[in-house]
Amino acid sequence: MSLLQILKGGGRHGVPSTENRDPIGYAVAGLNRLAQSELLDRWGIRRQTERGVFTATRSGFKVAANAGRTFNRAGSRGKSGVRVPSATPKGVFDLTPTEDEQMLVDVVAEYAEEVLRPAAHDADEACAAPDAVLKASVEIGLPILGVPEALGGISETRSATAGTLVAEALAKGDMGLAVSVLAPGAVATALGLWGTDQQQQTYLPAFTGAEESGQSVPAATLALNEPTVLFDVLAPATTATRTADGFVLNGTKSLVARGADAELFIVGASLEGRPTLFLVESSTAGLTLEGDPGMGVRAAGMTRLVLADVAVPAEAVLGETDGSTYTECVRLARLGWCALALGTAQAVLDYVTPYVKTREAFGEPIAHRQAVAFAVANMAIELQAMRLVTYKAASRVAQGIDATREIALARKLCADKAMQIGLDGVQLLGGHGFTKEHPVERWYRDLRAIGIMEGTVLV
Amino acid sequence: MAINLEDPKKLVPLRDQVHQVAMNMLRPISRKYDKAEHAYPKELDMLAAMADGLNESGTSEGAGATGVRRGADAGDKTVKNGSNMASVMSVAEMCWGDTGLTLSMPRQGLGNSAIASVANDEQLERFKGTWASMAITEPSFGSDSAQVSTTATKDGDDYVLNGEKIFVTSGDRSDSVVVWATLDKSLGRAAIKSFVVPKGTPGLKVERLEHKLGIKASDTATITFTDCRVPAANLLGSPEINTKEGFAGAMATFDNTRPLVAAMAVGCARASLDLTRELLTKAGVVIDYDRPATVQSAAAAKFLQMEADWEGAYLLTLQAAWMADNRQPNSLEASMAKAKAGRVGSDITLSCVELAASVGYTETELLEKWSRDSKILDIFEGTQQIQQLIVARRVLGLTSTELK
Repeated sequence: MSLLQILKGGGRHGVPSTENRDPIGYAVAGLNRLAQSELLDRWGIRRQTERGVFTATRSGFKVAANAGRTFNRAGSRGKSGVRVPSATPKGVFDLTPTEDEQMLVDVVAEYAEEVLRPAAHDADEACAAPDAVLKASVEIGLPILGVPEALGGISETRSATAGTLVAEALAKGDMGLAVSVLAPGAVATALGLWGTDQQQQTYLPAFTGAEESGQSVPAATLALNEPTVLFDVLAPATTATRTADGFVLNGTKSLVARGADAELFIVGASLEGRPTLFLVESSTAGLTLEGDPGMGVRAAGMTRLVLADVAVPAEAVLGETDGSTYTECVRLARLGWCALALGTAQAVLDYVTPYVKTREAFGEPIAHRQAVAFAVANMAIELQAMRLVTYKAASRVAQGIDATREIALARKLCADKAMQIGLDGVQLLGGHGFTKEHPVERWYRDLRAIGIMEGTVLV
Repeated sequence: MAINLEDPKKLVPLRDQVHQVAMNMLRPISRKYDKAEHAYPKELDMLAAMADGLNESGTSEGAGATGVRRGADAGDKTVKNGSNMASVMSVAEMCWGDTGLTLSMPRQGLGNSAIASVANDEQLERFKGTWASMAITEPSFGSDSAQVSTTATKDGDDYVLNGEKIFVTSGDRSDSVVVWATLDKSLGRAAIKSFVVPKGTPGLKVERLEHKLGIKASDTATITFTDCRVPAANLLGSPEINTKEGFAGAMATFDNTRPLVAAMAVGCARASLDLTRELLTKAGVVIDYDRPATVQSAAAAKFLQMEADWEGAYLLTLQAAWMADNRQPNSLEASMAKAKAGRVGSDITLSCVELAASVGYTETELLEKWSRDSKILDIFEGTQQIQQLIVARRVLGLTSTELK
């Protein structure tokens, strides 16, 4: 930064670069510096801020990627992987889940209520999911929900509907933790959908055999976001360049869930102008991670992944290189975020409902006033609309029908209405909603992610 | 059982058939009757005969504004896509053609829905083939339908009706009127009953027709009842004043008609969306489902938002009908559907006019007409605010005295 820029005052701290300091501005800026150093000394904060440990709560701290485990190559490279068939369409309009789906949702809902919700506040602060939460998610089978049965998973047919219902149920507990426990499953599901025999045989046993082997399921993550204004996920700035024996990746991925402990990444990069997915093991040279916490979904341990001349072998490409796999992946991830929006929005509705009935003002419960009651009614109406549009998209995916339009509409509706629900959730609790005594402020922060986040989860 | 929200396979042929009717019969005369308010759309007679034929043959599964009867075969656990879904899907298609003309369809009036929903078997048979309009609103009240002041006084084997009803859709053209009247105003809601009054009954007089913002093809009448005598057997439902049941009997009709009005809003809005998509495309606007709305043109982003809202409204409407088909209580969902479809219908039709600029505002296209027609759909059969009130009371578990 040039001296002129420093003197100008703009271009930093969210101040547009066109802003200039006047004499009073200089004086205030000087005073501010003094005040800061006094504070640091008085409270001993200086030492705290110089803590030399990596924590995702802080940005700007770089570490190399987790060395992780080695994945032993298995299977044959040219052979297509195992695929599950689409669900058989019955042609009947129906809002009832299958018995299997309902059983699964019941188990997940219990886990969300008893494990995720109580852990949510602290996980949000710590920017990490507790080990117990992650372990329990493996016991339920969350990481292998979308993995074909033939490969040791639990999916007999395309499980997009089940995945949607599960993500919704989890996010009712907590969205950040839901993302944390779903991230490895996103990678496993992607391997099931697009992996070659070799990719499936190499990576999936670590997911499917985790419980028996006593090893943990690898932290894995689907990294598609980039730190770009007006980010268009279909045109990633991260590049892949062909070399004699593979590819070299360069670029930066933002909001990478659980990046700090991830052992396997799926990274989106532009290959010859077409967006493509690459499998990148964390032990590969050239990967650096920084904390990248956002306003919400913090329990997912968001990081920024920097790829500097990262060399991957030719078999690192996941799916097609014509952009089709990547685009499908983007859509399925968006569907996952819609499902998460449903759960968290439901949590808001369920929380404000008893609150407005017990909170009194002017001698009666505030729920007795139309201004309050109508806000609750609109939450219920829009949430149900979001749910139906999302379910329709999911059921199309499950049946193998093109869902481009339906996913786009679900994403738009969920982005708009879920944020409104989050906003009204805080508003209905008034000042109390603004404090951390109540979870609505966290849901408000989490729900802003809908419509922004790409990748990360997949159904 | 499995979640599936596609249009039911067995109803797709009906939907497509009605779409053809809407496109080839209603659209060509749409502007004509928007201009010729109060002129009788004679073209509809042939269409109504065709609809009757379909109903007779049973192939239509109750296309049009037929009511809802819940079968007694409660033991049957299979998922049904029946007459309620068929009705909302075909009404939506008809209103894609023209909302005013749909409301003018002979023998498909809201009164017919009431008869079909609450009449006993003898009445069903006796009123078969009648074109019944619905008379609830009075000059002194709209939404607060417990305020009915038209009286019905028992006199021998008859009831004698006295009062004034306004906003009676098809009030002039219908063969009979389903009239809400009170047996005893001091007993409140429970005393409100509905009566089928055939046209030509002495004392029934159509006073005048309204001039309106939209749905001009549909006549909206003021009807007075002066010592109007109807047989006691024309009372729909139970003649007892059951204060426990209260208003429930009369209000039940709304659970069945609200999804239909939601379907009207959905159909009308889709007409605007379909045309606007083409006009925008011709104007060089690309609507991309994969790229973020934020990197597309403002028009494309607006279109995506409208289509997303539309999809929500449509599916809420289907849900309410599906629940009725499967004998699930759907009062909450019916109101959700109408609230969402009503407001989305206004947003879409008005925004499409804005997007199309003077092409939308002038009578060059039908966009301006649809934005006038849609407004009533957020008002009649329970306004937006009434729907919110119903939803709020249900969600919050509050009574009408707690949440006024």
